[in-house]
Amino acid sequence: MKKSNTNRLGWILLSPSLFILGVAGLAPFFYVIYVGTHSWNIFSKERGKVFVGVQNYRDLVFDSAFLGTLSRTLFFSFLVVSIELILGFMLALSLMKDFRGKTFFRTVYVLPVVVAPIAVGATWRLMMAQGHGPVPFFLNKFFGWEFNTGASTTQAWIAIVLMDVWHWTPFVTLTLLAGLLAIPREPIEAASVDGANTFQMYRFLIIPMLLPVILITVFIRVMDSLRSMEDVYMLTNGGPGSSTTFVGLHIFRTVFAKQEYGYGSSMSLLVLYFTIVICWLLFNALTGKESKKK
Amino acid sequence: MITNSTHSKSRSFFTSLGRYFLWTILTIFTLGPIYWMFVVSSRSPVQVYDKPNLVITSFYAENYTKVFEDRVVRTYMVNSLIVATTNAALVTTLALFATYALTRWKLKGSDSIFFWTITNRMAPPAAFILPNFLIFTQVVKFGDFMLFDTKIGLILVYCLFNLPFAIWLLKGMLEGIPLELDEAALVDRASRIQVLFKIIVPLAAPGLAITFILTWVFAWNEYILAASLSSSSARTITTRLAEYVTTTGTNYGELAAVAIIATLPAIIFLTFIQKYIVTGLTFGAVKE
Repeated sequence: MKKSNTNRLGWILLSPSLFILGVAGLAPFFYVIYVGTHSWNIFSKERGKVFVGVQNYRDLVFDSAFLGTLSRTLFFSFLVVSIELILGFMLALSLMKDFRGKTFFRTVYVLPVVVAPIAVGATWRLMMAQGHGPVPFFLNKFFGWEFNTGASTTQAWIAIVLMDVWHWTPFVTLTLLAGLLAIPREPIEAASVDGANTFQMYRFLIIPMLLPVILITVFIRVMDSLRSMEDVYMLTNGGPGSSTTFVGLHIFRTVFAKQEYGYGSSMSLLVLYFTIVICWLLFNALTGKESKKK
Repeated sequence: MITNSTHSKSRSFFTSLGRYFLWTILTIFTLGPIYWMFVVSSRSPVQVYDKPNLVITSFYAENYTKVFEDRVVRTYMVNSLIVATTNAALVTTLALFATYALTRWKLKGSDSIFFWTITNRMAPPAAFILPNFLIFTQVVKFGDFMLFDTKIGLILVYCLFNLPFAIWLLKGMLEGIPLELDEAALVDRASRIQVLFKIIVPLAAPGLAITFILTWVFAWNEYILAASLSSSSARTITTRLAEYVTTTGTNYGELAAVAIIATLPAIIFLTFIQKYIVTGLTFGAVKE
């Protein structure tokens, strides 16, 4: 049925999407490449763009502020995605069983997914605010702890990790649950008859069958956590110091506060490159798995 | 999920007790921040700075009436509604065509095309604001018209993160529809387009609904691009939320009221698709 002369309709159907992504995605992308090879700061003596070749990238490699935010972002991604994956898996398993009120619990539990990141940040900021936020107040009242996300790096990190886990674990749970519901029953029942214990069942059957779903979930979460900035910006404003300044916010400040257009562009290209490499590895792991199955 | 008949009844009683304990804790943890937002929205500007009180003793409705009477908020809500709905409809339609092409034809390099569409979602938005801003203000300009501060501009630029997601979601869905159905219809002399609308669309309807609503939510919630690619006439509700923090001083009560109002439509939509959301989110990863 796949004759080459009918391929034209396929391309016609595909073309509107490619056209829009080309205009909205590729044009700015090439422009960012172009600006990335220039020094362009409207506050400097030369008003316009000055071609500097790869100088921006040479500077980036030694820019400790940028490298700091980049490694911090990667660590944050790794941390929250691991926590969300483990928690999400356990909760998805719990939702596989039928129990009274399950629909209610699930509906409530999924709510955070649809709240705007900027509203999430605002909410958590109100909860953590000194003096009138409930979290520092009650921690102090009952345990005598000083909780101040504006002063302690550790506590600021606890706050943003909790916020991210609150916001996105439901999404992870849903995708894993969808995966669990779709995997075939027969091998599990057969293994159960053969006397496999629970650990063996998970280790050799359920997790391998679920692996594509796990990889896709990680893919989406890694991709989105590397580019997000609004919620953390609202909660901690990148502080205390620069301890929660992630790469998205750092680029935003470089481009808009410092007006370093060229340098900011080269920065974001590097970040995009890292994201694509990580996701490409995940994507290959995914398609490799699929082709093996066939 | 794994049942073992040798377990005694008392053990299953304790596991179900544990399950309810777990889900009650989770519900409290989930609703806590949302509840606090509601509490703050019920407080007067003076009460907000008091010691935190978890109980709502009096309701300061002025926060809400002020927000509703604010013409700016109303305009922004309408803008958000138009932008999100148009974008979601556009994205779902385009993604349906694209995934139909990707799953029904062996197009050259379709795997690479698929991956490339996803990479559009990976770009850090901060750096792409500047080129988009220049394109919006200087490149696309016909006389007095420019793309900057128009809803069309936002609708187009939101495709950047929504279209890849929609294509991904729908690709899994369409791969799940057996090719034999297509072939049977094609033998009966149906055209490819007829197959798409008579067979694929009805079968993928739940998936299309999920795609529409999730992309709608993403578009509704977007902030950075809306804030930088609009100035007054196309601004969306999320930018108003940020304005409460930055420009008008932190008026926490009204901020919370806006946040609640901005979140409500998404929550209403979510409850509509509760039934389908679980089965629809496999992204085509598990094939039986």
